[in-house]
Amino acid sequence: MATPPNMSAADFADGLSAMRSAVGADWVFDQPADLNTYRDFYSVLWGEPEEKVASAAVAPANVEEVQQVVRIANERRIPIYPISTGRNLGYGGSAPVLSGSVVLDLKRMNRVIEVNEDNCSCLVEPGVSFFDMYRHLQESGSKLMMSVPDPGWGSLVGNALDSGGGYTVQGYRGHFEAVCGIEAVMADGELFRTGMGALPGSETWQQYRMGIGPCMDGLFRQSTLGVVTKMGFWMFPRPEAWLSASVSVMRYEDLEELVRIANELEYGNIFNGMPGFSSPVLTQGNPIVMAMVPDAAEMNRMVEESGIPAWSFSPNFYGPEKVIRAQWEYVQSRFAHIPGVRFAEQSFVDLPISAEDMERIHKPRFGIPSLEIFNVGSRGYGDFNPSDGHIWFSAVIPRSGKGIIDANRVMRRECERLGLDLFMFAPAVTCWTRSFVLFAAVPVYKDPARNQHLREAVREIIDICAEHGWGEYRCPPAFMDDVMGAYSFGDHKLRRVNEAIKDALDPNGILSAGRYGVWPKHLREGRGA
Amino acid sequence: MSIRLTLGTLAASTLLLGVAAAREPVRDIERADLPGQQVFARQCAPCHGTGPGDDGSPMLPGTAALAAKYEGALPAALELRSDLSAPVLTLFVRRGSGAMPMFRKAELTDAQIEELAAYLAATAALNTPATD
Repeated sequence: MATPPNMSAADFADGLSAMRSAVGADWVFDQPADLNTYRDFYSVLWGEPEEKVASAAVAPANVEEVQQVVRIANERRIPIYPISTGRNLGYGGSAPVLSGSVVLDLKRMNRVIEVNEDNCSCLVEPGVSFFDMYRHLQESGSKLMMSVPDPGWGSLVGNALDSGGGYTVQGYRGHFEAVCGIEAVMADGELFRTGMGALPGSETWQQYRMGIGPCMDGLFRQSTLGVVTKMGFWMFPRPEAWLSASVSVMRYEDLEELVRIANELEYGNIFNGMPGFSSPVLTQGNPIVMAMVPDAAEMNRMVEESGIPAWSFSPNFYGPEKVIRAQWEYVQSRFAHIPGVRFAEQSFVDLPISAEDMERIHKPRFGIPSLEIFNVGSRGYGDFNPSDGHIWFSAVIPRSGKGIIDANRVMRRECERLGLDLFMFAPAVTCWTRSFVLFAAVPVYKDPARNQHLREAVREIIDICAEHGWGEYRCPPAFMDDVMGAYSFGDHKLRRVNEAIKDALDPNGILSAGRYGVWPKHLREGRGA
Repeated sequence: MSIRLTLGTLAASTLLLGVAAAREPVRDIERADLPGQQVFARQCAPCHGTGPGDDGSPMLPGTAALAAKYEGALPAALELRSDLSAPVLTLFVRRGSGAMPMFRKAELTDAQIEELAAYLAATAALNTPATD
């Protein structure tokens, strides 16, 4: 039997026995065939001795059972690692960061506790998937729209906790930004509620996020401090219509102005949907991988010869048709001074969505979960088919034209030098309010030699990005220490503050050891090794 | 995340039309009224269902992957397969395949895999053309 680090088989067996009493024998897993299902299928450590694997898994059905399991673990210092639906593939999936941890599988906690149509909010358990929630909204005739990531098989709670993003409306599509109210089981087994949830009898848990004193929600984002058992979200009232448009410009030097005006329009709420930024002329060869930005003269020559725009900005609008058409008209007026600018309405959709429209839309734009993204990488497009999965490299870069060009050039140059394949590359993704996030998808294969090269290359990219001031917003477990290490201001004060909080709230260091580079005191020196 | 983050509508359509343009989606099949129908709809259909995908993709990803794998020797749509017994399903579901990860007992029980197998067999039979 695999055991947690520094724990005898007898002590571990005693702990598992107590957990069986808490949740039922059917929901404690310690056999190899079952533990195999708790591996991260897209792990860059697959099949290697360093692969992060569980020693057991426990699947409680309710908060009380979670509390019992946490208390049992705390009394015996058994490391536990909560997952929601376990579909955060490439970012760990259902595997722990510290090998030998017991995975606390919350999938069975799948209740939609409340959807409040008047407050436009919901309260859910961590096992509720986006598909579950969509079905609930459909069956109840809800007028609300949720924001979903792509693919949408994960958990609302888990995705928000890892800072996932969707495609819909500002304030909702950065999923942690839409959180209002968290309930968590702390390391001592006690129940904690953030915001107005701390006030007994309050009816405003999903209305006012802050409560009193420091805002505690952030304690649970990408953290090691609690087991989230309930989470509230604000939801968007289903709009009457959606309009997607494009503004295209024909010169290299127009990008700065394009981004500057687009930012002002978004920050001023002139459009509310997720904007897109791209280079049509640099995505001719492969529409999902932007080529390296050449110098101005070369890019302008390419544009002149092909007639394809240098850059494009795609505003998206959700709202009443009359309003969003007026907004689009105003948006056009703001770019009209750019020589050669082109405007186009790309798509207009009335809601609720007709059966005909359902077959032509990108479903996540409308809060509809889908797995159709897997057409890429499985058998869809490019030279990577079929891969065994993928990981994302995603660094926050400056939200400017220069930010796009600099990030593009550095990443393209360094990935080529390091021999790092990319099957998607976008230097300006806008799920998260007011930021650009560079997104590069790297194919993963179940091949240790290729993965070793991939890991070395990614670590070098992390360092190079850090030298430019670009840090990842989220990363696979194999790189969490490296990424946290890059956030080094004040002699790594960020990590040290996290460690101080960790020691105070989880003195036995049982929860999510090593997640995002924060280790409990007894594992800190070796960082879990 | 989606590839379509970087694309205009036109580019996205062009991209996904290339997936399996020669293949037409299976649209109308008769489904067996068994408990496994709901299991299939919730756990499998988003990838392995019939019908087209969005943005012009002719097949859902799992169906497209199996179409490419079997090249017509076996149906690409799982609901038309008569050879997926519970042990065979268990193998793929618990071990994963290609880009499809494993499914844990907490999300798909052994009993539900049995229901799936019964549903797929019955649905395949309903949609098999009579030979006499």
